[in-house]
Amino acid sequence: MEPDPSTSWYPVARSDDLPLRHVFQGELLGRELAIWRADDGFVNVWENRCLHRGVRLSIGLNEGRELRCQYHGWRYANRTAGCTYIPAHPADAPARVICNVTFPAVERYGLVWTCDSPGGVAPGDGPPVLAALEAAAPLGLRNLPVNAEPSTVLDELAAYAFVPTGLLAQRTAHDRPVAGSATLGTEELGAEVSVTDRGHSWIELTARMGEAASRVVLFVQPVDSARSVVRGVLAGGADGADGADGAGVHSPERDQMAVLRHHHRELSRLRDAIEDRAARRPSPVPMTPRLQQVRLRPAESALEHDRRDGGRRTGLRVSVARRWDTADAIVAFELRQLDGLLPTPRPGAHIDVELPNGLVRQYSLVNGPGETDRYLIGVKREPASRGGSACLHDTVIVGDVLAISEPRNNFPLRRDSFRTILIAGGIGITPLLSMAQALHWSGHTYELHYFAQSAGHVAFTEILDSLGPDVTTHLGLDPSGTGSVLTRLLSDPEDGGHVYVCGPGPMLDATRNTATTAGWPDHAVHFEYFTNATEIDSSSSFEVELARSALTLPVPAGSSIMDVLRANGVAVASSCEQGACGTCLTAVIAGEPDHQDVYLNASERRAGDRMAICVSRSRSPRLVLDI
Amino acid sequence: MAVSDTATMGTPSCTDPVALHEWYPISALVEITPGLVHRTQLLGGAISYTRTPGGSRPVVWPSGGEASGAEVDGLAVDHQLPVRVKFGYVWTTLGRPEHELFDIAECDEADRRIQNGGSIMVATSAPRAIENFLDMGHFPYVHTGILGAEPRTEVLEYDVEVTDEEILATRCLFFQPQAALSASDGQMTEYVYRVPHPYCVMLYKSVPTDASRMDVIALFCQPMTEERVRAHNFLCMVDAVNSDTALKRFQQLIFGQDKPILENQSPRRLPLDPRAETPIRADKSSISYRRWLSAKGLTYAVIPATAPSPTPAPTPAPTRSS
Ligand code: FES
Ligand SMILES: [Fe+2]
Repeated sequence: MEPDPSTSWYPVARSDDLPLRHVFQGELLGRELAIWRADDGFVNVWENRCLHRGVRLSIGLNEGRELRCQYHGWRYANRTAGCTYIPAHPADAPARVICNVTFPAVERYGLVWTCDSPGGVAPGDGPPVLAALEAAAPLGLRNLPVNAEPSTVLDELAAYAFVPTGLLAQRTAHDRPVAGSATLGTEELGAEVSVTDRGHSWIELTARMGEAASRVVLFVQPVDSARSVVRGVLAGGADGADGADGAGVHSPERDQMAVLRHHHRELSRLRDAIEDRAARRPSPVPMTPRLQQVRLRPAESALEHDRRDGGRRTGLRVSVARRWDTADAIVAFELRQLDGLLPTPRPGAHIDVELPNGLVRQYSLVNGPGETDRYLIGVKREPASRGGSACLHDTVIVGDVLAISEPRNNFPLRRDSFRTILIAGGIGITPLLSMAQALHWSGHTYELHYFAQSAGHVAFTEILDSLGPDVTTHLGLDPSGTGSVLTRLLSDPEDGGHVYVCGPGPMLDATRNTATTAGWPDHAVHFEYFTNATEIDSSSSFEVELARSALTLPVPAGSSIMDVLRANGVAVASSCEQGACGTCLTAVIAGEPDHQDVYLNASERRAGDRMAICVSRSRSPRLVLDI
Repeated sequence: MAVSDTATMGTPSCTDPVALHEWYPISALVEITPGLVHRTQLLGGAISYTRTPGGSRPVVWPSGGEASGAEVDGLAVDHQLPVRVKFGYVWTTLGRPEHELFDIAECDEADRRIQNGGSIMVATSAPRAIENFLDMGHFPYVHTGILGAEPRTEVLEYDVEVTDEEILATRCLFFQPQAALSASDGQMTEYVYRVPHPYCVMLYKSVPTDASRMDVIALFCQPMTEERVRAHNFLCMVDAVNSDTALKRFQQLIFGQDKPILENQSPRRLPLDPRAETPIRADKSSISYRRWLSAKGLTYAVIPATAPSPTPAPTPAPTRSS
């Protein structure tokens, strides 16, 4: 029976084809692959085609954590291949659906293996496990491209003849020519070679000569219908420890050279014969691998604000892989998905965490670029906690399973300015740490200012240390001390510069006011509130008309618009319900909103065309909303 | 893939009426030696051309057995193809276009420096080359330090107007660094792009010394086959300072940076289905261009939107168990 190529594993590269920061171009079954190793060791096997405009990713830049396309600089994350940044639109987080086609990858016997199964789900049991190669360090032979059909190549490899390793090594050790010269074949040497095992894409041969014996496994990589690559692995390496040959002691490097040379010469000879015969047959039709269609979305919405997908969804299950005290009253949690891959985190994103006690809390991801196998959050124990942080601190331990949402990004990071100032207060460091790492690893200039009570309150010092001199900590400052540092930092508003701030309410207000006074435009100051400290006024009553639902509802004092909508069966997305996260922003068609949120900036408030319906109310007796 | 590249006789492999009944540039007039045979390809067919001895009249015909460089009397050639000379190029057609070639008003200005900035062969389709020309987003990455520079990578919203005759993109702004100066000394440059022909595109850019006038740079594509193009770089500049060679060299530098990118794009034919690739707002002009080609019913050098997904050829089993 023919093997199903989509569940069969084939070698597509050698492990040493993937040196640091390199992208290797491979090919399997007529499909080009971009193969690269990230700095964390993970081997990525992707379709060799940027999904923006089809440029080969093998000419892209391996930045260690992300791969950058050469054409328009789109960035794709290690492991997930999710797009993390589209330079043409610095203000927008790329839509989650923008993700390259990935294939599973396994390294075994010095080779990189994959199968034609787009999506990265590894079928079956992985590449073949061969007893001959498990025993001692096997030696990879030079790979040999053969212009012939893979199935024929495999059949013809049964005729491969070679000399057992031990004998080759001995001969060089005594400075005698190996097998005399290229004209003297293995038959003349009297080695007896037989096929000792075979699979659907490989063949194992054993050569015996007197006491000496060695085994070689030849794997056939089907490049296309008429092209193959033979990748050989010699059991037992160059010292021939595999068989019963009992070789003497000699220089390992010279042995290895002699062995590699012998196999290369003999394999090349066989290749020539195979190609000769193949050239006399009609050439088969080239393979046409299915190109993956871009995931279905209207073309124009490839970029969108993540928050449109908002809502209270905690559909991912993660387990707590690690928890540790990262600072006074701050616990760090490392969350790993139970199976499969987590959605690609982008700088500034947060997740909703559903706690064992039923509460849902938002935490920013601390992840750096390419750190895609886990989510990292920092949780501060809030004295006035309604049970969120206390529950995490006191009851959640390693091994616990939590439900979380996909990452959402209300705080996306632009990377198009000459000056980026990141300002963090206390636990507000978390989103800014992911931003700082993104800027650091992609070589952008930035400065991170971290205000904390004391050295003991500084969280994630190991990450801060990895960032080096772009980080400044400001310890133990009172509000006026903080104020004067902020004044200094923001004294010189720069055209095209951007300020990002996250921290407690008063510090946020101070930063925003200082920035405005210094002349920074509203759109250059980005912030994320942790909790909304503004007193919410819900005393007024008014009427909302829902334009698309053809409903008019009274909003009594003491109830929010959102409460009223939900009570009447209208589904609305929300997250913080404190006017801080922007999830529930709704278009206003008529009427004058009374903004009570902290999300919109001054000019957006003046425009009055969107409002946060979880907290904001109405100045006019009637509001018409686009719902 | 290269099957259609092997045509040596004058039979075009193209059967697309939209592509057939269109004018194409085949050479800059000044680059044709009178009395000698020049050969090239158009729409998959081989064509020959020359200029009449002593005269300037170009003659174009479907290639017979004549060798490139052989002597020929243009006046005596049978089966001549229609010819136009415009913008300094010789244009021909394999069909019967009902329309004349588009105009470029600036070419009539007396002080314009008009020249061919190079005719360069690229292993891609003509529409891929056009789309690259329309694209500002690649400036910082492909023309680093010349037409763009990181981190100023934003493509601001611009306007696109589409009529049956042409596509016009206006208010196209992009940050352009000053060569060799600190990048922050750059400035926003405004471009206008115009596509008056399925395989021709031009940009207008204000003249550094006279803001009221626009330099015109165009790419006239000669589709040799569906997946091979000869791109004629047309320059129509107001420049009293730089020599012709300097202007040419600059254009060749820019195009030389685009060429390797174009040759690493797959598929080579332009996919017209909007979901085949991932457009973003910055690609507004390319989105319009693809829709415009679809509306014309063009099928040559593109992958039409309506085409069923390529049926996988009966895949020969890569390996066989014994
Ligand atoms: S083609 Fe890769 S970023 Fe545009
Ligand atoms: Fe370009």
